[in-house]
Amino acid sequence: MTPMPGAEPREPEDPAFDGTLREEDTAGQEAPASPVAARQPRRVTWQKVTVLPAVLAAVLVATWLWFEQADLDPLSENALSNGQVGKALRQHIELTVISTFFVLIIAIPLGILLTRGAFRKGAPVVMALANTGQATPAIGLLALLVIWMGIGEKAALTGIVIYAVLPVLSNTIAGLRANDPTLLEAARGIGMSPLGVLVKVELPLAVPLILAGVRTALVLNVGTATLATFGGGGGLGVLITTGITNQRMPVLMLGSILTVVLALLVDWLASLAELVLSPRGLEVRS
Amino acid sequence: MSETAATTGATIELDHLTKRYPGSGEPAVDSVNMEIQAGETVIFVGPSGCGKSTTLKMINRLIEPTSGRIRINGEDVTDIDPVKLRRKVGYAIQSSGLFPHMTVAQNIALVPKMIGWRKARVSARVEEMLDLVGLDPGEFHGRYPRQLSGGQQQRVGVARALAADPPVLLMDEPFGAVDPITRDHLQDELIRLQHELHKTIVFVTHDFDEAIKLGDRIAVLRERSHIAQFDTPEAILTNPADDFVSGFVGAGAALKRLNLTRVRDVEMADVPTVTVDDPLQLIFDKLRASGTNELLLLDKRHRPYKWLRRGDLMRARGSLARAGTLVHDTVTRDATLRDALEAVLTDNAGRVAVTGRRGEYLGVVDMETLMNSVHEMLEADRLDALEHQHELEEQRSQLTRHEQEGGSGEARA
Repeated sequence: MTPMPGAEPREPEDPAFDGTLREEDTAGQEAPASPVAARQPRRVTWQKVTVLPAVLAAVLVATWLWFEQADLDPLSENALSNGQVGKALRQHIELTVISTFFVLIIAIPLGILLTRGAFRKGAPVVMALANTGQATPAIGLLALLVIWMGIGEKAALTGIVIYAVLPVLSNTIAGLRANDPTLLEAARGIGMSPLGVLVKVELPLAVPLILAGVRTALVLNVGTATLATFGGGGGLGVLITTGITNQRMPVLMLGSILTVVLALLVDWLASLAELVLSPRGLEVRS
Repeated sequence: MSETAATTGATIELDHLTKRYPGSGEPAVDSVNMEIQAGETVIFVGPSGCGKSTTLKMINRLIEPTSGRIRINGEDVTDIDPVKLRRKVGYAIQSSGLFPHMTVAQNIALVPKMIGWRKARVSARVEEMLDLVGLDPGEFHGRYPRQLSGGQQQRVGVARALAADPPVLLMDEPFGAVDPITRDHLQDELIRLQHELHKTIVFVTHDFDEAIKLGDRIAVLRERSHIAQFDTPEAILTNPADDFVSGFVGAGAALKRLNLTRVRDVEMADVPTVTVDDPLQLIFDKLRASGTNELLLLDKRHRPYKWLRRGDLMRARGSLARAGTLVHDTVTRDATLRDALEAVLTDNAGRVAVTGRRGEYLGVVDMETLMNSVHEMLEADRLDALEHQHELEEQRSQLTRHEQEGGSGEARA
């Protein structure tokens, strides 16, 4: 079926299933160029910034060159002309950005709420619900939503959001729970208010895990957004389905390549964000 | 609050303080009564699980008491806003409790910022606190906790607890996680700090030696935080209230007692001395005249130099440079009797010279003088403790009488 990078089924119970074990990451950790002597080694090295974009650019150039020399039949020509590729790409990015935004404003506050005293008991229930959201096959979920909400971008977006809430939610909860209770007691002990403890201590310390969840969700969203076409939501999925139904390999190829490149690009951006936003002081070891 | 005059301690009063966890029959802390004087260092010591930490955490209401009152400086704080209370009470815990994502300076600045100090004052205070706990502000200011050693982290933890100049400092096994040598240093530092600051410190530990070293008074707690004995270290060592306390004091109470007395408190013996400038004839005369076999030869600045015995000079053919044995160990007046005993035991002739601040000779302690003073000391302790116990018993009986009367009075009313 359609290529869905990062959307392979994962163990929902395992909070560590986030993107932290990706290859480029481990490679990056071996890379810190500056020795211990430098007090604050640079986190964003030039390798991290340049390698992946260069590879992706090469892939795009190769694809473009191939399409330049290929002679396409009218059907393919039709599917790719009139800026339809650009439109599909724009729609796809739109879907990803909007859905991620909603995922964040739903999942992070919910995660925070579910680790507060009285609501802690609700956590298993909500997690079970989020699990169902992700366990349901995305395409089935989308079909149901279209029946319910009608064809259009709205149904597609809702589907994507439901699908991606889980990783952010579970990582937020896991991140907040992983905080050392004695540290939180120390925070209260020196006179921080509950809100102060959350904002100044709990959240900053949970940032690495939360960001890892966000990164997973982003990549997931790029993949799931290809399905939006079935609900009339547009996106790169349009190219892919057109390619399949009309048996036109070039169209299918272009749709797939653009999706993969977009997913990898988003993942790369998220990895940079993780590096920049993780609080200093957590990474240093004496 | 002025910036120069530091706030000194406040009294703490625990009045029938009780903690009962839901679902368990026995209370975790059962009706603790205690009065802690301003500027006093009180140590809670007891086996693990005896409720000492719980009792401590009830003072700043990290654990809310089920019943009973807490008064700090006479003010009842049992029902005030706990956040406000905690900002006035310093709190330091094991393995420092520093926030790893904040620099040392940010950690220390937390409480002053929360109570609304101005920026300039906060940053001045941070430098001052780092200096106070013996860390170079320039070097440590911008470091993260994970870049520090355990001992350094603990110092920063204490600096953070003291940053807003609270009258009361609660310490929950603060030195439990550092190695013995560092712990020793940190204890010395705390003693020095307390000499300067005179805070009221409540300190929890399970290490009785730490308790003896740091405490003005020690509360030995048994299960449910019952106070087995609440007294000075001397009294607990020489006269433990019951088997539980003596079990906790452990073997060698008399040896531990030696840690509490300094050389300056005991009588020193005197040996005849000569200086290197004295003529040889005088030295010969003194040796012959003195009852002992020995002379202490002092150098030009009156520091102990050599032990001279009868016959040493003959063997060295009258040369002072070759005669006698060099003094290899001395103790100061501030050394504990334990240190002195150690020196006496390792000395081949069983005596050691005591020196003053500039190393000048003051006297000698030997086995005999040490024994005598220790005996006297222990005897005096015993008498003190007996007297003290009488007083306590009287107080207690008065209190029970009072309570009975009070109780019946209420019943009648």
